Amino acid sequence: MLGSGLIQGLAVTAKNFVKSFHDPARLVTVEYPEQKTKLPENYRNFPFLVYDGDQAIDGLRCVACKICEAECPPQCIYIIPDRDEKGRPTKKPKVFDLDISVCMSCQICVEVCPFDAIKMDQHFEIATAERFNALLLHREDLAKSDAYFHTLHPTEAAQVDAVLAEAKRRTEAKARPAAPAAVPATPTAPAAPAAKPPEPPPPAV
Amino acid sequence: MGPHHPSTHGVFRMMVTLDGETVVKLKPVFGYLHRNHEKIGENTTYLASMPYTDRLDYFCSMTNNWAYALAVEQLAGLPVPERAEYLRVILAELTRLLNHTCLAGFLLQDTGASGTPLMYAFREREKILDLFESLSGSRMMCNYQRFGGCRIDATPEWLAAARQLVNGYNAFLDEYEELITGNEILMARTQNVGVLSPALAVNAGITGPMLRASGVDYDLRKVDGYGYYPRFEFRIPLGDHGDTYDRYMVRMLEMRESIGILRQALDRIPEGPVMDPKAKIRGFKPKPGEHYGRIEGPKGEIGFYLISDGTANPYRYRVRPPSLINLTILEDLCLGHTLADAVIILGSIDIVLGEVDR
Repeated sequence: MLGSGLIQGLAVTAKNFVKSFHDPARLVTVEYPEQKTKLPENYRNFPFLVYDGDQAIDGLRCVACKICEAECPPQCIYIIPDRDEKGRPTKKPKVFDLDISVCMSCQICVEVCPFDAIKMDQHFEIATAERFNALLLHREDLAKSDAYFHTLHPTEAAQVDAVLAEAKRRTEAKARPAAPAAVPATPTAPAAPAAKPPEPPPPAV
Repeated sequence: MGPHHPSTHGVFRMMVTLDGETVVKLKPVFGYLHRNHEKIGENTTYLASMPYTDRLDYFCSMTNNWAYALAVEQLAGLPVPERAEYLRVILAELTRLLNHTCLAGFLLQDTGASGTPLMYAFREREKILDLFESLSGSRMMCNYQRFGGCRIDATPEWLAAARQLVNGYNAFLDEYEELITGNEILMARTQNVGVLSPALAVNAGITGPMLRASGVDYDLRKVDGYGYYPRFEFRIPLGDHGDTYDRYMVRMLEMRESIGILRQALDRIPEGPVMDPKAKIRGFKPKPGEHYGRIEGPKGEIGFYLISDGTANPYRYRVRPPSLINLTILEDLCLGHTLADAVIILGSIDIVLGEVDR
């Protein structure tokens, strides 16, 4: 019969219309910004730098090795390594700039970082009236504490702590034969690693 | 028509010559969204091209990732763990569900059924995107596959959520088909509109559901048997007339088969690592050589042709985009039909301009 398909379709629409007011699974509207949905743990937005201890700049895990700068697909990271007065590298970034108007949140900097120094943030309310300097983040803006990282990504943070504790144990084991009088290394608590970043892996010969 | 939104598909322009309301000549103009994808790929490392592949066809970032990862893995001879292969099949079939659901919604939008079918499609798409977000961290730009496996393992809760979605999907498809498949207006607008003959389809290099709607049995999942697809039981739906209605119907039937594959994969997924332990993240340099890796994406054959000269960057990086090649026959399909039909035909080709222009 002509029109039966139409009536069938309208019946489906009517059923959905009624259900969308009663079925709890269909009441999905969230009144942002008063209400917020819980973000999944893996959610990623823009990178930040992790620091240990309570000194934001001195405690940065970053050693300015420039691997993330080289691997970043849209080239949004800019690093100048710091040097002491004699001109030796201090394994700290003097400048660490990240242009989040260029960043594409791909997480490759996190994956290539050998020191677990850069991680993904979940802060997405970044609207600003100024589109140049306000979106160019410096190391002071990027530095966030290790505890903050633990609240964002607890699973990943536990893995990172295990890796860092293992690296620390290995460097201490290496240092012990040279100084036999030193106090035996105590296993460090994962929640409070020392401010010193682990030694970089030896360069391949 | 165009250059902005001739229907709802992005920045694309059609130069149409009309006789009354009948199309007598049609010239597609594209390139408005060109982003230098291939040249960027030659100037960055192999890994750094992976997030750019998300931006090709932004509906199907998981299959784009897989196609690129497969091409590099075959080029470098990397093994992939069993669990990662299963996860890839699950994600690819979820992408197929997402893409075909949205296509049906957009096609109905093009016929003038504004709102309802598209909103139903987006409601289901949202559930799949939530799954992608909780697994990969991003809804559309997933950047999930890696050379030699996947980036993050799926938790048991994620697999349970995926199973719940798959179990509910047949009911949604039943409802959706009740809503539109038997609709007289859809039939009148799409049947015998834009008929694509099998000979033209093969000669023009058309792939994917569009080719199968013309009755040519060619699906890379069966032909190449890449990944673990030979381990799953599924059928390839074929069309008979090659018209717009067949192209719609083949996709609806393909979704039912995808649900079958998903059920089998979710039941059988083994435990184990998702990343090959020898795979390198930093300093990846494949041996000199060349390779073309391809998979059956939701829109057709998506392939990556790579030439390696032994350095960290590919010497040549070429994408075979299904959308672009399926679009080349637009004029042949539209000739003799009305202007309003040209919009539906464009909708049934299933293009994403990010992939056409690259």
